[in-house]
This record gives sequence, C-alpha cells and structure tokens, in this order.
Amino acid sequence: MKAKVFVSLKPGVLDPQGKAIQHSVELLGFSGIADVRQGKYFEIALQESADQDQARESVTRIAREVLSNPIIEDYLVEIES
Amino acid sequence: MKFGIIVFPGSNCDHDAYHVISKQVGQPVDFIWHRDTDLKSFDALIIPGGFSYGDYLRAGALARFSPVMDSVKKFAATGGFVLGICNGFQILCEAGLLPGALIRNRDLNFICEHLCVRVETSDTPYTNEMTPGSVLRIPIAHAEGNYVCDDTTLAELQREDRIVFRYCEPGGAVTEAANPNGSRDNIAGICNHSRNVLGLMPHPERACEDLLGSSDGRDIFRSLAATLAAVA
Repeated sequence: MKAKVFVSLKPGVLDPQGKAIQHSVELLGFSGIADVRQGKYFEIALQESADQDQARESVTRIAREVLSNPIIEDYLVEIES
Repeated sequence: MKFGIIVFPGSNCDHDAYHVISKQVGQPVDFIWHRDTDLKSFDALIIPGGFSYGDYLRAGALARFSPVMDSVKKFAATGGFVLGICNGFQILCEAGLLPGALIRNRDLNFICEHLCVRVETSDTPYTNEMTPGSVLRIPIAHAEGNYVCDDTTLAELQREDRIVFRYCEPGGAVTEAANPNGSRDNIAGICNHSRNVLGLMPHPERACEDLLGSSDGRDIFRSLAATLAAVA
C-alpha cells in the first residue's frame, strides 16, 4: 500500500519560487500561463497488511503534524492499495 | 546565571553565541546537544543560527522533533528565557512557541548584509536596556526570513506590543524599501505573550565587537544579563 501526500502553499501566501519558474517557462516561449505554484510531493510506503482506514488516519496526521506547516500550507492525502 | 546554547546537527552560529556570552557578556555558558533533555542548570537558552538538519523539509521543521525541544517547551512555559536567532527563530515558530512562519525571501535571494532594525519596545527581557525607537545595525544572513502570519495574529502582535524589532532605514523610518525579505509589517523579531521567548532573524551575536563592523547587538545580550541579574 502506498500513500501520496501533496503539500501546497495556501492561496494568498507569496510563492516567489513559483513566480521564478513561471518566468523561466515564459522565457522558453510558452505563453498563456496564468500562475505557477510550487509544492511538495511525498510517497510513503506502508506495510501490505495495513488497514486502509487506519493508514489514511495515520498519514493524515503525519501530513498535518510533520509534512506541512498549517500556518502556510495545505495538504492532500491519497491512499493507493 | 548560566546560559545554554542548544546545538543541533547543522547549527553553525553556536560558537559565535558562546563567544559573545563568555567574552562580551562575561557569564558562564555551556553547549547543550540536541539529544540532552536536562535543562535544570540553565537560566537562559539560546537557539543559534545555522541550518539545523540541513533545512530539510522546511527550515526548522525537523529540529522541532529533537529530544531537547520538549524540555525547551517546559522551560519556556515556566518562564525561562529562550532567545532564537535566525534558524532559532524558524525553529521556535515551527515548534509553536512563537506564532507565524518564515518563508522564502520575497526576491528569492540568500541575503547576507548589515542592515538596520528599530527597537519597537523596551518591555522585554531582551530590550529593557534600550530606548524604543533606537536603531541597531545588525547583519542578516538568510534565505527564509520572510515573516508571515494571518491578520488575527498580526493584530494580536501589534495590540500586545510584541513586535520587538522592525526593519528600518538608518534614520529609523520603517519603509517598504528597508524591508529586505518581504516580511509582514517589516517584522524582524517578535516575542511570545509572556515576553520570555524572543525570535529574530538578524544576528546580534555577529555584531558585538567594533572590529566586526558593529557592536549594536551587544545590548540585547546585556539586557538579558541585566534581567537575569535582577531575578537572581
């Protein structure tokens, strides 16, 4: 079983890295890009025997308490069996 | 009066802080490894600058889970003095001992330069020897010093006089041009509700001797030493 966690900056929090990436993408010749936001992606491998609901609960706690800073970031948890 | 300097893997301003306390302030000081948990012999703690855990995940995020941090929280909760400098400020925010967060600088650069901060309040153990409005010339050295918080937190910081230092012009004016990193309200340093925990991005320990270009940072350590002397 695998858990995927996506961490992104909350709307409204300045993302200068995303802005710099957007600028580079535009220099490459791509137009029509309204905005780029940079985030983080985590893959957490879980033991095959793990219960899916329990796994979701644990990973959600990990996402909230370690992987993200709730003051500036949101997170999304996906469990893949 | 004994100072303790907490050392995480990746701390690199620990010896600067040690030098200032022992040579400039002239008080006993010891290093505390991040796995130690006994803080009983200390009266004030300094969480120094550097790159604890290589800034992995987020600056200060992993240091929060070091064994010493539970003891630091108890130490702070019972009124102990905790001073976080640069990465120390980031760690205090991540640990929830100070509100808000420090994100990537507005212009993405790692900024390393002397600049000016204005003392906003003398009502802290770290600034009680200073006059509000006075300007200190102190270096910064960070890539993640852009202070952010929500509107409620900012209003609370302002209402409770907890913004201790603001980035300013050499003459003391707080302007957007004097804001090096995009910090909200030009915030360079804040304290907690009980005023015993202070975090700041500038490095006062690097500005304690004229030979280094400025000795303005010394007043922060002297204020703290005076507070401790009065308590003892």
